[in-house]
Amino acid sequence: MSKEPSTVAEQQDWLYEISPHKPLLDFNFKEIWRYRDLLILFVKRDIVTVYKQTILGPLWFLIQPLFTSVIFTLIFNNVANVSTGSVPNFLFNLAGISAWGYFKQCLTGSSGTFTKNANIFGKVYFPRVIMPLSITISNLVKFGIQLSIFVGFYVFYVSSGASVSPNSNLLLFPVYVLMMALSGLGLGMIISAFTTKYRDLTQLLTFAVQLLMYLSAVPFPMSKVKNDLPEYYWAFKYNPLAQIIEGFRYMTMDVGLFSWLSFGYALGFSVVVFLVGLVIFNRTEKSFIDTV
Amino acid sequence: MMSKTILTAKNISKQYRLGLVGTGTLGHDLNRWWHRVRGKDDPYLKIGAENDRSKKAESDYVWALRDINFDVQEGEVLGIIGKNGAGKSTLLKILSRVTMPTTGSIKTKGRIASLLEVGTGFHPELTGRENIYLNGAILGMTKSEIKAKEDEIIDFSGCAMYVDTPVKRYSSGMRVRLAFAVAAHLEPDILVVDEVLAVGDAEFQKKAIGKMKDISGTGGRTVLFVSHNMAAVKSLCTRGVVLENGTSVFEGTAEESVDYYLSSSKKERFKKLKDREDRTGGNIFKFTDIQINSENKKELKNLLSGEKYYFKIGFTSKKDIKKVAFRLRFIDSNQNIRFLCNNFFQDDFFDIKHTMNDYIILEIPNFPLPIGEYNIQLSCFYENGILDDIEQAFEFTVVGGDFYSTGREQISKEGVLIDYKFSRYDS
Repeated sequence: MSKEPSTVAEQQDWLYEISPHKPLLDFNFKEIWRYRDLLILFVKRDIVTVYKQTILGPLWFLIQPLFTSVIFTLIFNNVANVSTGSVPNFLFNLAGISAWGYFKQCLTGSSGTFTKNANIFGKVYFPRVIMPLSITISNLVKFGIQLSIFVGFYVFYVSSGASVSPNSNLLLFPVYVLMMALSGLGLGMIISAFTTKYRDLTQLLTFAVQLLMYLSAVPFPMSKVKNDLPEYYWAFKYNPLAQIIEGFRYMTMDVGLFSWLSFGYALGFSVVVFLVGLVIFNRTEKSFIDTV
Repeated sequence: MMSKTILTAKNISKQYRLGLVGTGTLGHDLNRWWHRVRGKDDPYLKIGAENDRSKKAESDYVWALRDINFDVQEGEVLGIIGKNGAGKSTLLKILSRVTMPTTGSIKTKGRIASLLEVGTGFHPELTGRENIYLNGAILGMTKSEIKAKEDEIIDFSGCAMYVDTPVKRYSSGMRVRLAFAVAAHLEPDILVVDEVLAVGDAEFQKKAIGKMKDISGTGGRTVLFVSHNMAAVKSLCTRGVVLENGTSVFEGTAEESVDYYLSSSKKERFKKLKDREDRTGGNIFKFTDIQINSENKKELKNLLSGEKYYFKIGFTSKKDIKKVAFRLRFIDSNQNIRFLCNNFFQDDFFDIKHTMNDYIILEIPNFPLPIGEYNIQLSCFYENGILDDIEQAFEFTVVGGDFYSTGREQISKEGVLIDYKFSRYDS
């Protein structure tokens, strides 16, 4: 009789249990918090090491979006005559490319979490979700640097007489950044979980991202599709990423189509994708090392 | 209850799939998923062969571990020993939460930090100091914990001069020392260590073993230690578990476990000498048996240098033969003769009677061979020539040892170990 309570008490003493069974949603936030220093160090490592032993260093963060914007302006606006309204072509492209770039970096970065880090994951335990989180945060820093160049050109164009201004939606700026991060991270985690055993998705990802960029109306405004390609407009309308990119341009430069419905749709999508990604990621992390 | 159980493992099993992951595995995955949807057990858990690599695989699945049970008390240093492929590393991976068991569970009351490798996550572009922080954080330390020990770590590693240089410029030895220095300053409740002592030069190894002793001895930390270094297991561990083909075959004190391990593989390749055809002679006189015994009459196949061993050689003879000489050549895996024992040199012959079964014993007090694989060529001569001669009559391994009783593992694998003494010249 006296033995029963003591064994019960002892069971409650266990700090944690390693076993094959695990509830669907089992997030140890306390543990993630305890590893916050690791998160910060990973972020630091990602930013510092990318351009080590380069002459231009962090300037490379700026060169990529700048050159892509120049190319886009030449091809889409000058050759193909895509009109961007009152907004200077270059600024229009730079906004789209910066926003798309952040999503893309989060997606491709976190999609390789398991396969690229198999070496570390196979040797030591820490909450695996730290890895994609750190990728998202270090990309946020890069995105911040890229935004500063966007702001710089913005000021330049305004001072040289271009009629471009943000609207009240700019208050939603943090929400838009969050949506890009969550959808990129969520999709990335789903892909990373599926590529541990079957690598097919890795093959798909590289060109899928390329195609998705056009489907997300990065180099042209949504209105252009609506006018010139009305029978395929639904593909853009229901693409939450197109809504995010368009919304980003709308709040910063007051061009394009915006509705609260599509905003809610995009927000809902990114939250759901993130949660689904987190659950799948969490289920995979326990034993992926056997199949990776 | 005398001491507190800090970790308990119940029915730990781990199943692996053999062969490649490809289109074929998709069928199994779908079947497994279909069983799970209907609330049934995984159909592939029922099958699976024992982990004996020498046999041809009959099933697609193999049990790397099968029903392992053990408890660890607080402050205990548990040595896990076994041959390559016995399941030690799998067990450590499960303990350190790198992978999960297929069945069973491990419950723990303390934080586990694992050292399955030193220098996990070292980034070549970062400096030594930056890597100390990164590596420490990966191993589970917080920034403030590392900061408090930073100087100590740098000092221990002996890399103070290079600490602000990128690690890619380090020699491999320096990298290992820096990595071990970080690892050695971990302070978890339970430390899981795998073979990391087998790195670095002799001086550093001594330092590392000393540090391990500190951690387990005065630190009172619970340590799970996996190693092939039997001398280290003997001196560091308080208790041992022997794994064989994925199951736990012995549990006891460290000494007992090492003894069990050393004698456990004897039966495998033991061919009866009397049945062998590949011999010269063997008509009148024939070797029938050879075995190596320890002082307490245990049959061994894995030896330690510096120990006392008895080589027991069995033979039959159809005649009475006078002045017989026995020769044992100890040959290494490169076919070099390391040393030999021959009673002809000592002018001490045997006179053999007609016998069906007799033995002679060769005693070697301080076994001089360092770590390595060896075989014995067994020969017997009399006045008119060879009586019997068998190459590779016996194979054995020297797995470690402490020839000079210093607690230091012998690094050199060359030649033989002999007794000697250095002293100052006093005129």
